[in-house]
Amino acid sequence: MRGARSAKWVAGAIVVALAATACGGGSDDKGDSSKKGALAGYVSIDVGEPQKPLVPADTNESNGGYVIRALFTQLLDFDEKGEIVYTNAESVTTKDSKTWTVKLKEGWKFHNGEPVTAQSYVDAWNWYANSKNNQQNAFWFSDIVGYEDVHPDKGEPKSDKMSGLKVVDDTTFTIELKDQVPYFNYKLGYTTFAPLPKVFYDDPKAFGQKPIGNGPYQFEKWTHKKLIQVKAWDGYKGPNKAQNKGIQFKHYATPEAAYQDVVSGNLDIIKQVGPTDLPKYKQDLGDGALDQPYAAIQTLVPAFYSKTFKGVDPKVLQGLSMAIDRDTITKTVLNNTRMPATSFTPPQVKGNQQLDTDIFKYDPAKAKKLIKEGGGVPGNKIWIQYNTDGGHKEWVTAVCESIRNATGVDCVGDPKPDFATDLEARDNNEVKSMYRGGWVADYPININFLKELYHSKAESNNGRFSDKEIDKLMEKGDNASSLEEAVKAYQEVEKKLVDKMPSIPLWYYRINGGHGKNVDNVTINYQGDIQLHKVTVK
Amino acid sequence: MGRYVARRLLQMIPVFIGSTFLIFMMMYVLPGDPVRALMGEQAFDPTLVEKMRHDLGLDQPWWWQYGHYLAGLFQGDFGTEIASKREISEIIAAAFPVTIRLTLFAFTFTAVVGIGLGIIAGLRPDSVQDRGLLTLTLILISMPSFVLGYLLQYFFAFQLQMVTPTVQDSENFGDLLLPAVVLGSLSLAYVARLTRTSMVENLRADYMRTAVAKGLPRRRIVGVHLMRNSLIPVVTFLGTDIGNLMTGAIVTEGIFNVQGVGNAIFEALTRREGATVVGIASLIVIVYLFTSLIVDLLYAVLDPRIRYA
Repeated sequence: MRGARSAKWVAGAIVVALAATACGGGSDDKGDSSKKGALAGYVSIDVGEPQKPLVPADTNESNGGYVIRALFTQLLDFDEKGEIVYTNAESVTTKDSKTWTVKLKEGWKFHNGEPVTAQSYVDAWNWYANSKNNQQNAFWFSDIVGYEDVHPDKGEPKSDKMSGLKVVDDTTFTIELKDQVPYFNYKLGYTTFAPLPKVFYDDPKAFGQKPIGNGPYQFEKWTHKKLIQVKAWDGYKGPNKAQNKGIQFKHYATPEAAYQDVVSGNLDIIKQVGPTDLPKYKQDLGDGALDQPYAAIQTLVPAFYSKTFKGVDPKVLQGLSMAIDRDTITKTVLNNTRMPATSFTPPQVKGNQQLDTDIFKYDPAKAKKLIKEGGGVPGNKIWIQYNTDGGHKEWVTAVCESIRNATGVDCVGDPKPDFATDLEARDNNEVKSMYRGGWVADYPININFLKELYHSKAESNNGRFSDKEIDKLMEKGDNASSLEEAVKAYQEVEKKLVDKMPSIPLWYYRINGGHGKNVDNVTINYQGDIQLHKVTVK
Repeated sequence: MGRYVARRLLQMIPVFIGSTFLIFMMMYVLPGDPVRALMGEQAFDPTLVEKMRHDLGLDQPWWWQYGHYLAGLFQGDFGTEIASKREISEIIAAAFPVTIRLTLFAFTFTAVVGIGLGIIAGLRPDSVQDRGLLTLTLILISMPSFVLGYLLQYFFAFQLQMVTPTVQDSENFGDLLLPAVVLGSLSLAYVARLTRTSMVENLRADYMRTAVAKGLPRRRIVGVHLMRNSLIPVVTFLGTDIGNLMTGAIVTEGIFNVQGVGNAIFEALTRREGATVVGIASLIVIVYLFTSLIVDLLYAVLDPRIRYA
């Protein structure tokens, strides 16, 4: 009897549990399931869940960047060669590199019909820069006069307006900078400088989930961790008008899963093929395979505070650089996803030059000699710090092997479990001897790769390289009266860096993606991003 | 019985608090700061990091942070994610139904097919079926789940074109079939072997001889006397396995692109979204507690000698 009664209990419990899950399950749109989520004329790509709500100045990672670029248009953009193309601006001009005048194209509107005016830009920039709003890219506005008033180092902002921004009329405004920045117009190509409609200020939080922009695409829906869908906007007037009906940004847990979907025709574009599929993707995708270099570099950065490299003779670092067999490693271990570096800047940026040096060549004999001349490596051992969640282990091992065989200096990897731990060690000056550094162009000029990484006060200079001569040479470039002169001055900086070795450049990145048979005209910009508006559906 | 259940339910409260504390502390001592990680490798503004850390209370001592978290939890507030600013309850509500569907599917598959195969083999030890089952389960146990996953994906999606390679719609049971089979196959092997072994053992027991001597029909001997006793170890295994199926699906979820709990917790971990990890992990602890309670109650059904008061 006893047993039968408890059986009822248990059966009851199971029924309740099943009912509860069934209720939770049978939710949203059933209609999509029959079509498998594909829409005619739309292009689908494996762009995952953005880390943050969709606000232009709060997005600095690749997934969010893709969506922001579809929804918003800034003043200008760059073509494949890295030259300026005006989008929302008619012109951006200056006489002294200090005061810049922006003229907007007439008749532009946001997706909700509100006109895009000079005020839309100025208000947005003031809001982005304000320290109260915690925008991640706020420091991009720090060149502008009055930035300290809205974004003080400590305490509350004194004002909510930067005095350097002045509206002249509906389509004109001026930007006054604290110092000369001859390349400031290039910075304006970053998505952070996008305008905002008035509805944004009513409820920024809701806006971040359902943004209204002035870009080639209009927001449709965002199902978290699944899909973001945007449709082409009829009213768009810029040169980068959508050539398709819309885009579906699909979230994938792994690049392997996305790759399977491209091969089987359930997904149109994959932006980067995962390492396991790299050896065969050209065969699988045929004409759809994409393989193109872009403006990004990977380096080994010595920590100049570490026991190994404190007060090191640059000759030692030159020697280590020559002990790395870049050609073989990029061809074998890295499957041609990288191109051996020949300078501190990638070829796609303005000012990239052929350096008159052999430090990027593999030459074990000379490497040994240079290290000896420089006094050797203390302890005869170096560590290369990397994060294990980014697929770096294989090449770090290969680089170490190469250094060890060529010079006899012992080299081991110093793995950190993930990127967060890796960054923390860099910030806290806890790198044992070198770390893996990477940099993607923010704007296509050599200055971006030199000043942000090797100026003694640069935030990303985590090796703490500090050299007065280099700082002085950079200052010269910053005070130049024209862009050409500034680029030239920075070319001098780069030449000098060969003797200083603030880092060991390894290789430039290539993008290895692909697309299926349903789409065509898939091209890549200088930052390695797919230019989605140009993609056509067959 | 009712009192026993009530006592067990009450015991869950300290276990729940204890487990949230342990998981919270593990997240706390992990190196790597969530706000700093947000900034990535590019340039950033350190004063902003400090300010955001302060606003989030990350600069407070651990006991303040834990107290703050618990206080929120008791008001039904799981907290908000640092990066996405989404409510964690919303993230849980999106991931759990998917996982529960997948788990139930895999669980049913494991239980029905596993016990079925076990019975077929166990009734005739050392026969051809028995040897066949042992070989099959040996293969399943020794094959890593990603190998099986890619194999099935290749075979069913690319060769036969019966299904899409990844899950397009997590509410479609047809789509979930492949991942559920992959997920359940390891447990299936264990269940089949357990069933088989305990049946073979019990076949030789005294009470079986008595039942045969009494002249009972074979269906009743096997169905009631043999099965009831043989299933006790299997039920124990299946009970703990529900929890494993729910959390251990990261690899399978990755291959078939299922946006379930495994992925959610893994992503939260790498981004140091402490509150998300603690929230999801604590809910899984509750699932474990409930299934073990159900298992204990099932013992009484299977073995009348076991009583709860």
